[in-house]
Amino acid sequence: MDFTFSEKQLAYRRNIRRVLMTEVPPELLRELWDADAGRAYGLWQLFTELGLTALSVPLAHGGRGGSDVDWVLMAQEAGYYALPGPLLHTAWIASALLAALPDGALAEHWLPRIAKGEARLALGHPLHRLVADAHVADLLLLHDRDEVHALLPSQVRLTRNPSLDPSRHLYRVDWQPSAATRVADADTGRALWDRVLDRAALSVAAECSGLAMRMLDLAIDHSAQRRQFGKPIGAFQAVKHQLADVAVKIEFAKPVMFHAAHALQHGDPLAAMYVSHAKLAMGDVARLAVRHGIQVHGAPGYTWDGDLQIFMKRVWALDAAWGTRTFHMARVAAAVLSADGAIGARDTFPRPATTPAGPSAAPDPRNPSVMPGLQATETY
Amino acid sequence: MQMEYTDRQRGLRSEVRDWLAMHVPREPLASFDSPEGFRQHRRWEATLHTGRWSCVTWPEEMGGRGLDLIDWLIFEEEYWAAGSPGRVNQNGVFLLGPAIMDFGSAAQQRRFLPRIASGEDIWAQGWSEPDAGSDMAAIRCTAVREGDHYVLNGQKSWVARAVWADWMFGLFRSEPDSLRHNGLSVMLVPLDLPGVTVQPIRQLNGLPGMADVFFDHVRVPVDQRLGAEGEGWHISRAISSFERGLMLRSPARFQETARALVELYRRHRDSADADPAIRDAVLDCWMQARAYALATYRTASRLMSGAPLGPDASANKIFWSELDLRLHETALRILGDQAELLPGAPDAADAGRWLEGFLFAQAGPIYAGTNEIQRNIVAERLLCMPR
Repeated sequence: MDFTFSEKQLAYRRNIRRVLMTEVPPELLRELWDADAGRAYGLWQLFTELGLTALSVPLAHGGRGGSDVDWVLMAQEAGYYALPGPLLHTAWIASALLAALPDGALAEHWLPRIAKGEARLALGHPLHRLVADAHVADLLLLHDRDEVHALLPSQVRLTRNPSLDPSRHLYRVDWQPSAATRVADADTGRALWDRVLDRAALSVAAECSGLAMRMLDLAIDHSAQRRQFGKPIGAFQAVKHQLADVAVKIEFAKPVMFHAAHALQHGDPLAAMYVSHAKLAMGDVARLAVRHGIQVHGAPGYTWDGDLQIFMKRVWALDAAWGTRTFHMARVAAAVLSADGAIGARDTFPRPATTPAGPSAAPDPRNPSVMPGLQATETY
Repeated sequence: MQMEYTDRQRGLRSEVRDWLAMHVPREPLASFDSPEGFRQHRRWEATLHTGRWSCVTWPEEMGGRGLDLIDWLIFEEEYWAAGSPGRVNQNGVFLLGPAIMDFGSAAQQRRFLPRIASGEDIWAQGWSEPDAGSDMAAIRCTAVREGDHYVLNGQKSWVARAVWADWMFGLFRSEPDSLRHNGLSVMLVPLDLPGVTVQPIRQLNGLPGMADVFFDHVRVPVDQRLGAEGEGWHISRAISSFERGLMLRSPARFQETARALVELYRRHRDSADADPAIRDAVLDCWMQARAYALATYRTASRLMSGAPLGPDASANKIFWSELDLRLHETALRILGDQAELLPGAPDAADAGRWLEGFLFAQAGPIYAGTNEIQRNIVAERLLCMPR
């Protein structure tokens, strides 16, 4: 029983953080809002050089064979830096879907390209009307009822729907399902789409965790800089307590999220409920971080030019993504209120022993051929 | 990240479970804040001791089993799931015992620890005074050295368990005219000494769970000072970190309350669902109890890998005390007009345990350092906000 991360996982995260901090500042995000596609080629190249696009692609397909636990750490960073674009969908969720398809041909073709940073993917889902980042996708994995279909950009027609969050690009996708586009039938597809939902909901939870931490950091900075009544406003208890509440909530939601990632990775039968708990808990945290973040910022908190908006709008936009609160609450209710629910003190880890987690496949930060580190700054 | 129990841990779990199944009293004990209940609970501590289950994390030579923190969580899960009595001995086992191991002399360890382990000595803790609550460094009780004794004077307030406890540990000003955190010492005082007056304070349930304790020229030998003279503040901080942090409120207790709440809701669903918010409140309580359990496993992992217990102890205290309130408030909402019925009322549900717990939960955000103080600690030490 060990909730700590390996030194390798932590070193990889340190490196990712260091690079994103300098390479993806709020100024870049704002520039991309005004760019046509809203996506920078250089950014994807950066992700590739950092090893992110290959992180969970299986070793056999030229990836690093990383796990959901590895990804949940990265998704937190994606939230903290409000990364735009389909990194998590492509490299984590769609990769896992491709690898799980009954016919290996599609995986054979696309996974190595994903690993090399040569392909971006977009994902539909029965829960969603619109598809994020469809305009830059080299392949779209869409649903027709429960079937899974794979489409090339030439086979779809896109209509943009601007979002509250200018970094999010959402599209209505018009397309025709056919036997040629179908890659999984409804029976197989149902389980696949469920798994996509679980991974995507977990990724939203992790992004919310990063977003909450970023807004907390911004609010702490502001409270130290801004002076009133002759002292920094952060010295006032009314301000302190608002931020302490956010910090406490984050600390108690993180273990729920890490456990959900571990459960998902190991095929735990209760993984779906654990993921729903994680998304509900992190959603609550992130909304509280928004509310208290704005309050502590005062007027700059509700301006276009203030950076807080970048992160709070992402939280608002993600709130109903990959399952609304009502949806996830219903999944928790189904598990907890069922007659045979294992819900007591003995049931924190109700599953009997299974195979332990494999070694993390995060790239070795000391090996420059794998980990370009700060050299990546030269890519744009 | 690895989330399986070892074979040894699973073995421990069944050993605890089997022993408790044989020994936990069939009928719930009376409250340990009543004379009869106190006697029953002291007997239960002795029974635990005969099975060597009274202080499982202590070293074997002190009467424990030398279990690590994950083992302890397993023990606690089985303990509360078996419906075992509350721990009247908790001040000794979880707070003073570890402090004696860290700060006490070998002679003090031999003298006090076995009697804590066996439940022969039940301890009260005396920190607060009439003018020193949240501002604990304002304490005025004095311990003046006279030869090989200290002479104690002053008043301690809100001293939990003091009415029937045998001993009290508390913070006294041992250096005359010292200021604030300086010049304080932790003293170990029998409550039946001449000059000690214990004045019971009745809590919301009418029972004297705490007391004012007055010291009038009470002579205490020097060897009943814990740690060095003047080291009292540091030791008291260490003790309250145990209190707020890991040990005093193990998650299992809240998980079992959450399970009982879910069961209560399911039994009353016909009436409870008239307010759709109740279902969500029940689920929210259950999720938070689970989050508390997972967070404690995480803290235990960190501590076992060598990290210190820092300001996260304060975060912990905020979380469990507010969770405890919500659990019981939600139960009372489900019970509707039955909620006000006292334990023992013929028509009370669950023998009135929810009302009893509700009254007790009111104290959580206040004792062991108010939640306002805890939020200050989180803001200043975890978030590095200005003082």
